[in-house]
Amino acid sequence: MRPKYMRSPLIPEMATQEVQLNETLAHLKTESETLKSKLEEERAKLHDVELHQVAEKVEGLGQFVMKTRRTLKGHGNKVLCMDWCKDKRRIVSSSQDGKVIVWDAFTTNKEHAVTMPCTWVMACAYAPSGCAVACGGLDNKCSVYPLSLDKNENLAAKKKSVAMHTNYLSACSFTNSDMQILTSSGDGTCALWDVESGQLLQSFHGHAADVLCLDLAPSETGNTFVSGGCDKKANVWDMRSGQCIQSFETHESDINSVRYYPSGDAFASGSDDATCRLYDLRADREVAIYSKESIIFGVSSVDFSLSGRLLFGGYNDYTINVWDVLKGTRVSILFGHENRVSTLRVSPDGTAFCTGSWDHTLRVRAICSLI
Amino acid sequence: MTIKNAIRDYGQRYRPRMACLKKAEKVVLEMQDPKSGVKSQPQRLVITTIPHAITGEDIVAWLADKFQIDAQEARSVGSMLVALGYIYPLQDHKRLVIKPDASLYRFQTPYFWPTQQWPVEDTDYAIYLAKRNIRKKGILELHEQEQYNRLHKWMNHKWDFIVMQAKEQYRAAKERKKPDRVVFDCQERAYWVVHRPPVRLYTHTDEHILLTLFCFLQMIFTQQSIMRPRVKSSVSIGALVKFCTTYHTHDPFLCKPLPSNPWLTDDVTYWTLNMLHVEAPTKMRVERWTFSFGELLSDPRGRDDFRLFLKKEFSGENLAFWEGCEDIKFGAAATMGEKAEQIYKTFLARGAPRWINIDGKTMEITVKGLKHPHRYVLDAAQTHIYMLMKKDKYGRYLKSPFYKEMQKKAICPEEHKFTDVQLEQNSRNRRPSLSPIILRQQEQELKAKMAASAPVDITQVMSKLSNGFMWLCQKT
Repeated sequence: MRPKYMRSPLIPEMATQEVQLNETLAHLKTESETLKSKLEEERAKLHDVELHQVAEKVEGLGQFVMKTRRTLKGHGNKVLCMDWCKDKRRIVSSSQDGKVIVWDAFTTNKEHAVTMPCTWVMACAYAPSGCAVACGGLDNKCSVYPLSLDKNENLAAKKKSVAMHTNYLSACSFTNSDMQILTSSGDGTCALWDVESGQLLQSFHGHAADVLCLDLAPSETGNTFVSGGCDKKANVWDMRSGQCIQSFETHESDINSVRYYPSGDAFASGSDDATCRLYDLRADREVAIYSKESIIFGVSSVDFSLSGRLLFGGYNDYTINVWDVLKGTRVSILFGHENRVSTLRVSPDGTAFCTGSWDHTLRVRAICSLI
Repeated sequence: MTIKNAIRDYGQRYRPRMACLKKAEKVVLEMQDPKSGVKSQPQRLVITTIPHAITGEDIVAWLADKFQIDAQEARSVGSMLVALGYIYPLQDHKRLVIKPDASLYRFQTPYFWPTQQWPVEDTDYAIYLAKRNIRKKGILELHEQEQYNRLHKWMNHKWDFIVMQAKEQYRAAKERKKPDRVVFDCQERAYWVVHRPPVRLYTHTDEHILLTLFCFLQMIFTQQSIMRPRVKSSVSIGALVKFCTTYHTHDPFLCKPLPSNPWLTDDVTYWTLNMLHVEAPTKMRVERWTFSFGELLSDPRGRDDFRLFLKKEFSGENLAFWEGCEDIKFGAAATMGEKAEQIYKTFLARGAPRWINIDGKTMEITVKGLKHPHRYVLDAAQTHIYMLMKKDKYGRYLKSPFYKEMQKKAICPEEHKFTDVQLEQNSRNRRPSLSPIILRQQEQELKAKMAASAPVDITQVMSKLSNGFMWLCQKT
């Protein structure tokens, strides 16, 4: 067979063929849209009550006073991602200049530092054991660095290259052990990897554009995870089969962050359309939108408090908005960062939350009083 | 596979195999023979003369004669040599075909032959484009400009290196004589036309097919979603609200943790009291174990207690089996096979020392699956055992004197009432904690010791360890 570059350019016969193909495609697209409307109809049939209606019986929250209790300075450029260690006080953070730093946020001491060979380290994660960190970004890879007590040891020497994508790495997370990593990438796929061997265990295809974020379901609720992408879709995947089991497409722009509700029966998403939304997995629909006319900048990162009552959102207008998940109202707006908030995580025991920003700092905030 | 990926594939699948290349090379060498090869002539290019140019019609004639084939076939063979990169056209350099007329061609230097087997690196292409850009800005064609921008974005971290190489090469080239330079430029350009072709690899038809396929898959997925079982909103939303209210008092953002939030008062008692393996857990922690079976299992202290309870009931094998399954699911892929083997021998085989009670059908599926083990081979059995523990054992545990004893033992710390002076002092006395690396080492040493010696009460040993830490923390 002759190589592709030798095929002759479009000739008149092919022009009519093209018209026919266009028609078929248009017809298919209409059918697809009809099916999607049917799905929405089915979903609406069981929709007998709104979230805020059920929440009327719940007591309202008072006024929040939250304070920044720690400011971590040390990154030379935009902080892009952070993650908590299970010991509730250590943090790993990554930035645009390629630096990954492990801090004891309680004392604000830097414990480890790694310089990645690439800039824009967009993803980092702490291993469940607390003995390793994973990170990656524009290098299209996810690498695992075992941490060492020896301050003089070059951590890069023991680095393990685990994931290989064909485009940038947008997010990564360890599963229940140090041995497996789940990644999402600008190449439109997510993948599960074995850390020791670097073997691809399962890949997840279904997004039509870059995948920007992912979150694993809380362990008791089984083997699923949710991902959000530039195609405005949030997909729920079965880790065993690699199949997409549920899909939600109600956002109007890229989904930058997804996070499971602590019970695992719902998840929240934050998007460039300046809204956060809550999706109920059992009812299979969106059940709440958290937005205000005064909020016009996109949400970069979301996370729940321990009970799921509060939803924290980091925004591109440098603020953090705190939402009452049940009532749908905003309970607090926090200032302090001097540039966009790029990442936000609540600590494992829910005592504080940490935000990372393009202003090169990380801030740990806790509630002082609830009046 | 997204559509973007399909287009980005540079025809890697079409790279011909070595055997074919070796044959082509042989032919090309013969073509270059000064006596019996293709007639060559110098070519005039404005003021410069380039040697060894050959015409398309001469190539076709030579091939037809050599292989005793007709002109059309000879033309096809010739075009293949051009497509592979052994011969390149001097005019209309982007069309890689032989034109059976006076169009001029040249033999590509062996340096650029495909048999050299160099991987066609993006870095080299970036250097080539950067070099041409240096020589004359705006000389890059549209597709080259697109490539250049793309490479500049993805190779940002080595762009300095690329520009440096490009400048070096440009400088070295300037030192060559003009005819040599022109020849080399042609050769290099021809090489890149072969390896980074300007024409879109996929015609409109291919793109249509991909889009159609995508549409079909989308429709199948939507159809499946329609059939999906759903729950009434009132039921599922009700569950969400119930979760919030249940955990309300446990949420540090809604109710003050006792004795105090370490981030606010700089006093870490809250964390030391809630360490993984303490002798006496806090009342709040013990209460959480009643919220769901999952909560009990995910708290190592709760799980230890549950384990002791099961031991008393002579059904400890259930939890051990469940833990083994988790280890396979989330452990390293390399050890999975032997772990599965171990579990089979311990829990599932006939006459196994810790035989678990699962129904016949599940046992049959599991044993069959174990012949070709994979991470989820024990899923069915694990779910069965989990449900058994959840529906039966868990309820009994909560009603047992075991748990009641635990509730009595549980401590409820007094709320801290620090004065401003004390808070100031606390903030100055913030201490680092033991690194997770050390904790893990100690845990491993302990496990090794326990495996070697007689069975010991886990909670006793672990709490001794954690008491030791507490003492250490207070002293440092």
